Amino acid sequence: MLEIQHISKTFFPDTSNAVMSLRNVSLSIANASFVNVIGTNGSGKSTLLNAVAGTFVPDSGQILLNGENITTQPEFQRARRIGRVFQNPFYGTAPSMTIAENLALASRRGLSRRLGWCLSRQLRIQIADRLQSLKMGLEDRLDNPIGTLSGGQRQAITLLMATWVKPDLLLLDEHTAALDPASADQVIRLTHEIITRDRLTTVMVTHSMQQAVSLGDRIIMMHQGQIVADLTGAEKTSSRPHDLLNRFDALRRRDQLTPAVRDLLQRQYV
Amino acid sequence: MLLLISAINAGLIFAILALGVYISFRVFNFPDITADGSFALGGAATTALLVQGSDPATATAAGFLAGLLAGALTGTLHTRFAIHGLLSGILVMTALYSINLRILGRSNVSLSNAPTLLKSWTARAEAIIGNTDRHNLLGWEVGTQDLASLTFLLLLTGIAVITLLCFLETKVGAAMRSCGDNPQMIRALGVSDKNLLTAGVALANGFAALSGSLLAQYQEFADIQMGIGMVIWGLASVIIGESLVGPCRFGPLLVGAVLGSILFRILIAIALRCGLNPNDLKLITALFVFVALVAPQWTRKRKSTEAARHA
Repeated sequence: MLEIQHISKTFFPDTSNAVMSLRNVSLSIANASFVNVIGTNGSGKSTLLNAVAGTFVPDSGQILLNGENITTQPEFQRARRIGRVFQNPFYGTAPSMTIAENLALASRRGLSRRLGWCLSRQLRIQIADRLQSLKMGLEDRLDNPIGTLSGGQRQAITLLMATWVKPDLLLLDEHTAALDPASADQVIRLTHEIITRDRLTTVMVTHSMQQAVSLGDRIIMMHQGQIVADLTGAEKTSSRPHDLLNRFDALRRRDQLTPAVRDLLQRQYV
Repeated sequence: MLLLISAINAGLIFAILALGVYISFRVFNFPDITADGSFALGGAATTALLVQGSDPATATAAGFLAGLLAGALTGTLHTRFAIHGLLSGILVMTALYSINLRILGRSNVSLSNAPTLLKSWTARAEAIIGNTDRHNLLGWEVGTQDLASLTFLLLLTGIAVITLLCFLETKVGAAMRSCGDNPQMIRALGVSDKNLLTAGVALANGFAALSGSLLAQYQEFADIQMGIGMVIWGLASVIIGESLVGPCRFGPLLVGAVLGSILFRILIAIALRCGLNPNDLKLITALFVFVALVAPQWTRKRKSTEAARHA
């Protein structure tokens, strides 16, 4: 269970560039729920995800994961319980290390790392086994450096790494945005498989309305640092991409109206 | 022959420094120049203890530990106080100059009347093979002391390489390698990249200090200036090693760094024999490292312009 309570964050405060990225956002996500977060550019959806991941500490409010307050916990410490896949395929893996070594590192998430060998024969077999489930032929390339793989293959491996030790929470930050359509499809299929198999609590930020409607059980729509819609149950299942786009259009029209209204008020009252 | 053996001996001693430089510059991609200070620190700490009659093994271990501490300090300055990596190294190195003077008491301390690791090894060797002055090594006449030093340093450097090799294959070691490669990734896997970097820089300086400790015992004196230019010497060895073994994993590269260090010392010995002014040594080394750093860029640029021309 992830509870986000009234968090706000302003970047570059007290300057002309001050950006209120999150404005009093509250959100509660039940265990085994798969939430899609959509929103316009700069709406704060990635900022919300980063607040949970611990990239920064919010100005106010708190974040609880399974009842434990993690608001000020350093990023690496919560990463023991939170799996993450980044938008940039280069962020999730160590390029000069081999496929097997990368996965071996992931297999120790949240566990001690002492002076035992990083790769045992048994672990290699397990790694090959799990790689086989990706159907990318990577199980025969265990000793190749990750840097030689394509973006799609790297994202698939990062996903495998993020979920090797079952996390309390999985954060996906537009993890298919940098991929070609075919690889994106493949990674999304894998995402769906893993999440349903392990019943993972997931928050996925996405730019694709198609992904938002076809995956998960809830859609959160963000705009200007606030949650403007929360679709669950029948409302979620009946949503189509154009419904979501219409909602965005409505938001945009409202934004355009605001300065005009302000002018009107100024003329009448000042 | 004596010249060659002493060049190899020096090469083996500086190889341990090269291993340290390899850890910070190559594994962590961290430009750590603390090694200039910690090299002298290792020499000073060991020498001060030996002069006071301490056991050579303990004194050497103390030198190594002092280096660990110095490196940990640099790592802490960088990770906890957000000071630029180079600057943290400069700060610690500068502070170490005074500390080393305090430890030594004056700028130069002789070890000719104190026990050293090499002396006790030589004594043991003499006890086994008998006290003959000259030995036949591949047709050359060599003295017992040189031969004993050579075997001892070969053994010690070998142990250092194997230990580091094994360490980098462990869970912690692999985490360190990934930290240099992609700190964001290891953080997302639940490990503090700051702690890893601090530990890594500590280890690197431990090796540098061990190297300084051995040099002091080998040349039988410690000097406050002995650390100057050490980072560049270590880097030169690493770069020569890389060109010797080519692009590959860290195992061969570590061995390459040792071979690079020995080759570098032999080249220097030859250059000095040919009449090179010893005062110019550091200038030549700096030029060499400069060329070694820039040459790959030039060849790459030339290749890409050629490719563009053919396209």
